Amino acid sequence: MEDLGLKIFGAILTTIMAFAVGMTYGGIVRKLTARVQNRFGPPFYQNFLDLVKLQSKKTNVAHGFMGHTAPVWIMVASITVLMFIPILNGNLWFPNLSFHGDLIFILYMMVFGSLGMALGAGQTGNPNSAIGVTRGLSMMVGFEIPFVLALVALMVQYHTTSIQDLMQIQHESGTWLIFSNPFAFLAALFASLGMFRYSPFDIVGAPAELASGPMSEFGGKYLGTMMSGGSIFAFIKLTLYVDLFLGGAGNPDHTGIWATLAGIGVLLIKTFTLYMVPVFYGWVSPRYRTEQAIRYFWGWPTALGIIGLIWAVY
Amino acid sequence: MINDKDSQKIVDYIQNFSRKHSLFVMAYGTGCGAIEIPATMTSRYDAERFGIRGAATPRQADVLLITGYLATKTLKRVIRVYEQMQEPKYVIGFGSCTINGGMYYDSYNTINALEQYIPVDVYINGCMPRPESVISGFIKLQELIQQGKADNGKRYRENLEWYRANQKKIIKNWKMPDYNW
Repeated sequence: MEDLGLKIFGAILTTIMAFAVGMTYGGIVRKLTARVQNRFGPPFYQNFLDLVKLQSKKTNVAHGFMGHTAPVWIMVASITVLMFIPILNGNLWFPNLSFHGDLIFILYMMVFGSLGMALGAGQTGNPNSAIGVTRGLSMMVGFEIPFVLALVALMVQYHTTSIQDLMQIQHESGTWLIFSNPFAFLAALFASLGMFRYSPFDIVGAPAELASGPMSEFGGKYLGTMMSGGSIFAFIKLTLYVDLFLGGAGNPDHTGIWATLAGIGVLLIKTFTLYMVPVFYGWVSPRYRTEQAIRYFWGWPTALGIIGLIWAVY
Repeated sequence: MINDKDSQKIVDYIQNFSRKHSLFVMAYGTGCGAIEIPATMTSRYDAERFGIRGAATPRQADVLLITGYLATKTLKRVIRVYEQMQEPKYVIGFGSCTINGGMYYDSYNTINALEQYIPVDVYINGCMPRPESVISGFIKLQELIQQGKADNGKRYRENLEWYRANQKKIIKNWKMPDYNW
């Protein structure tokens, strides 16, 4: 029973950390973007202010059941996936529900939130939402292919479908998977450009063109919940990449308080470095059209994924 | 605890603080004042450092910025946008035209005083107001929000008949959906 209590506490702690880190990263990116554009920019905690304001709106209009629950779907999908991602390798404070085959499960579960969002946006009846949803689903068809190829390459190379096992392999051999299969990492990295939806792949929310796309009818608390769910999801994607390719963080042999803090520090450094890749790419790129984006993903990223798969087999 | 006066004060303070530092602006740029908005938002004047940020749709917006003259034809759209916005909402009248008609005071197809049709929190004087004065207008709005004096939506709800009568004088073919704001 004590064990269960500790696990529930750990799950709450994980969620709070993912939320705080995701929101802060978003704020830091806004600040950095402003500095790149020679502006002063908002403070790094601006996203928290936005969230408090959105949650303290007095009126909120819903457009039916799916529209009402769409933000909840995003939140549920984010927290569900978060529970399956090992934050630190074998740490008691951040337990996870890992099992053999959770990599495949996560592949399916990661699109769950987007699909709930698509249904909710469809019910609002706004034409911009409908266009945004079709664009989002088309782009998902684009970047899922290199992403899945990269993950399949890892699964084939190490004969396992468990994230925990892959982390353990990296921990024991001392070699990160970025070095043992660089092509798979590159394919996954290109896929992450599409996942984070920064320029040039911000075709879903395109503010000047689609009036923020799927969320154009969502305001107030709905938008706030979506924002927090999205922040948790950003942290999930980064942590998954770090776990799979960059050796993860934390040491299963040392699980004391200082070792845990050091592990979190390492995790933050790695995730932030990885987060800067789509952000940097976004600063220097204008927006693609949908078919250009899909052609981009089906070009070199997919080719690199196939090379990674061949590399893994031989 | 919830109904305690002091705790409510603390909640109000936090909410007003975040509201004033996070203003999503719906810029209704049909008048000539729209040209000042990009200058206010971009590198030189950088309104984002005050938390002022553009919103793409009325549902997400807090501030409705009416830039310049308002033609009778576009008044209907302004009212629809305003009524779709979620409370607490604020309106800024931008330029002389929203105050008394400005240089279009005797025009047959513009309205003269915006206040007759929707409640306004802050006016920014000038033709055109420069980005400095736009930002000072926003700061004034922030002060009002912090003091809890910006009650735009409440005023509209309480005086709805008066506003509706004024609006219907201008808009002859009134075919508007009812919003449950």
